[in-house]
Amino acid sequence: MSLSGAWYLGLAALVFTIGAVGLLVRRNVLIMFMCIELMLNAANLTFVTFSRMLNDIGGQALVFFVLVVAAAEVVVGLGIVVTNYRRRATTVADDLDSLKG
Amino acid sequence: MPHAFLFASSATAPDVIVFAASAVVILMGAVGVVTSSNPVHAALSLVMTLFGVAVLFIEQEADFLAAVQIIVYAGAIVVLFLFVIMFLGVDRAEDVTTEPLVGQRPLAYFFAAITLGSLIAMGVTAHWVTGAHQVVGPIQGHVTKSLSSPAGEPAQLGKQLFTTYLFAFEATAALLVIAVVGAVVLARRPPTVHADQDEPTQSELSA
Amino acid sequence: MVHLAYLMLLLPLAGFAVLVVGGRRLGDPLAGWVGTAAVGGAFVVACLVLVGLMQLPADHRVVVQQYFTWFSAGGLSVPVGTLVDPLSMTMCMFVTGVSALIHLYSIGYMKKDRDYSKFFIYLNLFVFSMLLLVLANNLLLTFVGWEGVGVCSYFLVAFWFERESAASAGKKAFIYNRIGDAGFLIAIFLIFEKTGTLQYESGPGGGIFGQLSHLGGGTATAVVLLLLFAATGKSAQIPLFNWLPDAMEGPTPVSALIHAATMVTAGVYLLCRMNPVLHLTAHGTEVIAIIGAATAFVAATIACAQQDIKKVLAFSTVSQIGYMVLAVGSGAYVAAIFLMVMHAFFKGLLFLGAGSVIHGLEDEQDLKRMGALRRYMKWTTVTFTVGFLAIAGIPPLSGFWAKGDVLDNVFAHSMVLYKVLWAIGLLTAVLTAYYMSRLEVLAFGGEPRFDKVGPQGQPALHEPHESPWVMRVPLVVLAFFAFFGGVLNLPWVHTHDLESWLAPVFSGTLYNNTLSDSSQWALAVTDIAAALIGVIVAYNLWRGAQVDKPALEPAFLQRVWYWDDFYDTIIGRPSQRIATFFAWVVDVRVIDGAVNGAAHLAKVGGTAARRLQTGYARNYALGIAIGLALLLAFMLSRTWWG
Repeated sequence: MSLSGAWYLGLAALVFTIGAVGLLVRRNVLIMFMCIELMLNAANLTFVTFSRMLNDIGGQALVFFVLVVAAAEVVVGLGIVVTNYRRRATTVADDLDSLKG
Repeated sequence: MPHAFLFASSATAPDVIVFAASAVVILMGAVGVVTSSNPVHAALSLVMTLFGVAVLFIEQEADFLAAVQIIVYAGAIVVLFLFVIMFLGVDRAEDVTTEPLVGQRPLAYFFAAITLGSLIAMGVTAHWVTGAHQVVGPIQGHVTKSLSSPAGEPAQLGKQLFTTYLFAFEATAALLVIAVVGAVVLARRPPTVHADQDEPTQSELSA
Repeated sequence: MVHLAYLMLLLPLAGFAVLVVGGRRLGDPLAGWVGTAAVGGAFVVACLVLVGLMQLPADHRVVVQQYFTWFSAGGLSVPVGTLVDPLSMTMCMFVTGVSALIHLYSIGYMKKDRDYSKFFIYLNLFVFSMLLLVLANNLLLTFVGWEGVGVCSYFLVAFWFERESAASAGKKAFIYNRIGDAGFLIAIFLIFEKTGTLQYESGPGGGIFGQLSHLGGGTATAVVLLLLFAATGKSAQIPLFNWLPDAMEGPTPVSALIHAATMVTAGVYLLCRMNPVLHLTAHGTEVIAIIGAATAFVAATIACAQQDIKKVLAFSTVSQIGYMVLAVGSGAYVAAIFLMVMHAFFKGLLFLGAGSVIHGLEDEQDLKRMGALRRYMKWTTVTFTVGFLAIAGIPPLSGFWAKGDVLDNVFAHSMVLYKVLWAIGLLTAVLTAYYMSRLEVLAFGGEPRFDKVGPQGQPALHEPHESPWVMRVPLVVLAFFAFFGGVLNLPWVHTHDLESWLAPVFSGTLYNNTLSDSSQWALAVTDIAAALIGVIVAYNLWRGAQVDKPALEPAFLQRVWYWDDFYDTIIGRPSQRIATFFAWVVDVRVIDGAVNGAAHLAKVGGTAARRLQTGYARNYALGIAIGLALLLAFMLSRTWWG
């Protein structure tokens, strides 16, 4: 069978969805972060696929930036997790509910 | 070596095998991240997924990006994750069967299904080109950035980064610096009361 | 000197202003003298203007002066100006004259009252308003004066407002007036719509009277009936008369001035001033005559049963004004004015005399507790008796001539209706003589009853004392005019009398009285007989010591033919029920309910929406996921349906 970009896009959509489900379902903040990374990877895959399909390097440039920003985000996010752990000694997301109205 | 290849016409058997294998790896890794009760297992599954994605990048002629993906993502970010997990000492398993929040799981599955279905359906109706059906039309291409030009992909990428996307590049660099500073500030221990008291030196300890 | 008319308005207004600023400092009695001087000055000016008017040839005695424009809006331009003609000057003369005398009287009557200067402030303001009403050259300015006297009447009737009955009486007077004013306003609107102007003689198109052709029969009747309605409010006729007896709560000089001599005549004046319009509608004038006669009769019957001296006089006023209205309705405008002037004299005299009695008996007003005052208050007795004879219609006093003039003119009408009205008027004359004689006998005749304990246990009173000179002088002056006033319009005199003086004002509208001499003599004799019957019957019935005669004072008459109760039932109670309904149901449940309900709704909504804020990041992430799903679904639907 022919392998069109559709397969790549479908795979990326599936990974994205799995990542989204994981984010919603898991309670450990570190694992929630990893699910975010999954979603970002799915987006990167999509960009590269489209870059190939449209014959445009801009997609890959964007992936580059997504990578960098994801890295920065992880750095800051884990910093927040550490700080929070120092105060509350928990990595369970459900314990951070002081915004409850 | 870049070779001009158009999709949907000249896919060869190795391409299909590579794609299938990578897809399996990626999916196993994704499911592993989501379902592992131990955070360390989850991190390792994430590495698996990242490797699969890197292979797919190579498959799509994005060699440089594949390398960057391995080095930065798998090599730095996941290591950072593991480091924090070990540092905090939270590598214990968590209970994944119960869900304290009412309705969270059913709703999550339902809307995830809708999302996936919509994405696939949109892709189908748009013939997998670009987003909305009615935006289809001749692509105003930046032909000079074509992947089929004689310069290699890293060269092209670099050229575009430093010309068309220069501003974004510089901004991203600034973002990185800010992130580092932010992380240092966040992770600092709160200052103690006796800030001027020195740590006892080695000689004092042994004396 | 005719052009000095504006001074008549300015002087009382200046008196009002001076007293407002410094009245309290001037105090008792200086404030009173200032007020009296202001009105006295107005009287002097009135005399000068009158002389000036008389110097003009008879058919040019109309002087319109415009001082400034009050406002000008669209097609309506309302000036502030005066109209000096025989009618307005006649009114001004007796208004200022009687007012000046009553101001003088009040200096003595209101002595030692806590709000002495305030009384004169209100009195001066009242005189200003009344003169404005009389001298105005356009309907709207007349209306301003009309309202002004209404409001001053409220102030003065409720002068001792700490007394609940006085405050209520003030409100009642004002409200009844206001109901009539609605009619006045609508009449003004109608006239403006048809003629485009509100001025009487001047202005575009020659004023209202120059454009009578624009007022069709229907409009003219409507205008006349509306003005009649307004007049019944101001002049206390049926159906808006029951405020006047209650208004006796005010000090007696107020009753004398406002409710005998001036304000209550304003309605009659308005109808006389609008005589060209009245002339356009036969039905309108018939209604006026019927109302006048009916009121005269009803009020006279009620007066026969009243025990308060002031209430008898109040109903007597209503009755006499009924005569004036009857005269207006018969086209006998001169007779109406003649009776008005004479009534001002003798009714003012009677009220001031009653005030003297009340003052002498230390505020006792019940006739059944008086008696034999002739022995203790000689001046009051003599002057009061003059007034009594005048109103009863005994010749040669003024009342006989005036009442006779009215009744003759009514009788002279060819229509059967007017003959019936004449008969009613004659019967009323008998009743008038009866109740006035009853009052005279109970108060001044017989034996003293005030030195015994009263029927409700009131303590015995001391011997009454005569009033001070400031109160006696007006009594004497008024008695003089009440005695000799008839000379103004004796029936056999046809030059230099009131009729020829006023004729130019009523030219063409005055009913032509073609009674033969013998008929006039016969009518005169009938009038005298009627008066004497009333006097003799009353004297015989009431001169004894037994003054408790319930058979002669039935409850039906004492309770004003249950008129107040009737209004209470058909208007008062339902209004109260409606008001209660609106206050307790509509306001509390509907309006407050809506407002509180909105707040409650916000609270309930907020409480419900609060459940979305769980505080869990994962729930919020679920929200984002839901939003994403919906967005994708939306985009999908757009691609499918274009």
